[in-house]
Amino acid sequence: MAARPRLGVFKLASCDGCQLTLLDLEDELLAIAAAVDIVHFPEASSDMDPHGRFDLTLVEGSVSTPAQLDELRAIRAQSRTLVAIGACATAGGVQALRNFADHREYVRAVYATPAYIETLAQVTPIAAHVRVDFELRGCPIDKGQLLELISATLVGRRPDIADESVCMACKRAGQVCVTVAHGQPCLGPVTHAGCGALCPRFSRGCFGCYGPRERANTEALADHMQAEGVSAASLVRRFRLFTGWSEAFRAESERHDD
Amino acid sequence: MTTEEERDHKQPPSAVELGADERVYKVEMLARVEGEGRFWLRLDAAGEVADAKLAIFEAPRFFEAFLRGRDLEEVPDIVARICGICPVAYQMGAVRALERILGVDPPSPGIRSLRRLLYCGEWIESHVLHVFMLHAPDFLGYESAIEMAADHRARVEQGLRLKKVGNAIIEVLGGRAIHPVSPKVGGFSRTPTVAELAALRPRLEAALEEAEAVVEWSAGLPMPALELDYVFVSLASEDYPIEFGDEVLVRGRGRDERVDVDEFLDHFVEDHVAHSNALQCRLRDGTPYLVGPMARLNLFADRLHPRAARALERSGLALPVRNPYQSIIVRAVEVVHAFATALDIVTNYTRRVEPAFVELPPAGARAGRASGGTEAPRGLCWHRYETDAEGLIVDARIVPPTSQNQARIERDLVGLAPQLLAMDHGAATRRCEQLIRAYDPCISCATHFLKLEIERG
Repeated sequence: MAARPRLGVFKLASCDGCQLTLLDLEDELLAIAAAVDIVHFPEASSDMDPHGRFDLTLVEGSVSTPAQLDELRAIRAQSRTLVAIGACATAGGVQALRNFADHREYVRAVYATPAYIETLAQVTPIAAHVRVDFELRGCPIDKGQLLELISATLVGRRPDIADESVCMACKRAGQVCVTVAHGQPCLGPVTHAGCGALCPRFSRGCFGCYGPRERANTEALADHMQAEGVSAASLVRRFRLFTGWSEAFRAESERHDD
Repeated sequence: MTTEEERDHKQPPSAVELGADERVYKVEMLARVEGEGRFWLRLDAAGEVADAKLAIFEAPRFFEAFLRGRDLEEVPDIVARICGICPVAYQMGAVRALERILGVDPPSPGIRSLRRLLYCGEWIESHVLHVFMLHAPDFLGYESAIEMAADHRARVEQGLRLKKVGNAIIEVLGGRAIHPVSPKVGGFSRTPTVAELAALRPRLEAALEEAEAVVEWSAGLPMPALELDYVFVSLASEDYPIEFGDEVLVRGRGRDERVDVDEFLDHFVEDHVAHSNALQCRLRDGTPYLVGPMARLNLFADRLHPRAARALERSGLALPVRNPYQSIIVRAVEVVHAFATALDIVTNYTRRVEPAFVELPPAGARAGRASGGTEAPRGLCWHRYETDAEGLIVDARIVPPTSQNQARIERDLVGLAPQLLAMDHGAATRRCEQLIRAYDPCISCATHFLKLEIERG
């Protein structure tokens, strides 16, 4: 029998939710563990080899300290296929909100006891530093998409994950539009699908967990929201959340930030 | 902000620093915990503890800073991201505090009951994950649940099955198990239909029976001996504390003490220590204390659901529990409590809770300051918010359970030290790890509250 592909799971600055998604694959976990050799996954196993060679590496979290940057570069050097999982790894995550503090010309950041902690000036997604072979979006990632990613990688094909908007998924689900029917602001038209149009199904507008889809027309959406009475300050906050440091959402929030 | 200074504090002593006949037990990267930490326990030539440290090097994320200026209605979504394992705990603590500010606390008995159901789902998925996948491998001599499955496949499958039912509760109410979308200030964006909850019932009935058997199994695990003195701290309410309660009960310093949640910081103090990116919380006189399943059970066993009380009795576990390793049994008892409570709520759900949320006071009338406590799977999770009239957050303070347990974990290592001298080095190191894991430390939660003071130019 050929050697099983070697899997590594790493974490940078994050909440652990995306790697937990792997353990939340309750029906498939033991089958996955039989198909791959889990070489490094600290949350699940004390048998760890961070310096191993990895066929598939899943990295959760964003880069926020110098040590994480060093670690990420080492991980890349050991990995054949490196996948960024989740909003932190692909867009900086909620902790990237601190990047806007600089943008708004705050002059000084004082930590509780500065000597004890060390952080980079900006929180960044991992593609800002190393080559990333695939990005799995979401805050958190979707179980089904994670399973598709692992299966596809094992057989050497590209994961079948469509770049479409939440709006498309919402229409297909036969969901009543929360904006049209109830006047609720919704980022669905500009947000990458993957959640199954979860928020509209739960009677609320999308808040952008999966980040901007390709060619997202954020400007048109923002103009529409503003015409419906959403304030500039509220627009800034809506685009500035878990994927707020992504290029499209950042540009849009800056457009409304005085 | 020198690198050298930080490294000195967060790294164990190196070989060259050690004196002759000194010994160090250490693990550079704790496994089977949420987040990044290490520990070391240094004994001098006489076998006395020279140093016991739980060092937390997980990167801080500064939630308290970026909550400022956000609308209070955004807070449940944001604080969920503190923790992927226990997002509901953060959402529920936030809505309690904010609803107390707005004078809509609790919004309605129906909403309160659904929140308890949601929280039961989280206790189940979090506790079952810990019992089966994170802690049991220590007792049975495996590196992971996956390795354990080679010899105990049915047991691991049982854990996965039970965890899935916990996640299913959260999915029905909140859309997804990690970072559910429906909880909001004032209630839920959507409440489940009667049919949706009824569909959970057969699964809960089956899971409850299995969970009762898990208590007996956990009580039969090879249990290291250790008895320590603790100060136990838990939220207090009329029921076994989960999502509600306005007082904190402190037991272990003479007479029981009761602390109003709004006066929490008058009695508990957070300190920034050099070896940790998480603040350490102690009682004002410096005493470390314990929060979590052991504290809850020791203080409120009389309020357990009858099914859980019977499971506890059958387990033979004597109260008060003072052996931290036995927390695996306590978690199993709490899983029974959560399943039984969830089943009761589902069974009594004969009419959809409507409205799903109550109207909040309008912008312009949203100023105030209040605290809210809940019992996260790992223990008391305390929030305090201050809002302006428009409802924007002026100040946020969150004290998560693991920052409270940190100092107690270090004290436990000191208490364990005398036993280690007779053990071989590898076994002693593993015993220390097993002890730390007994707390189910959630390091990701614990590190996110360092203050980032921002001054406008």
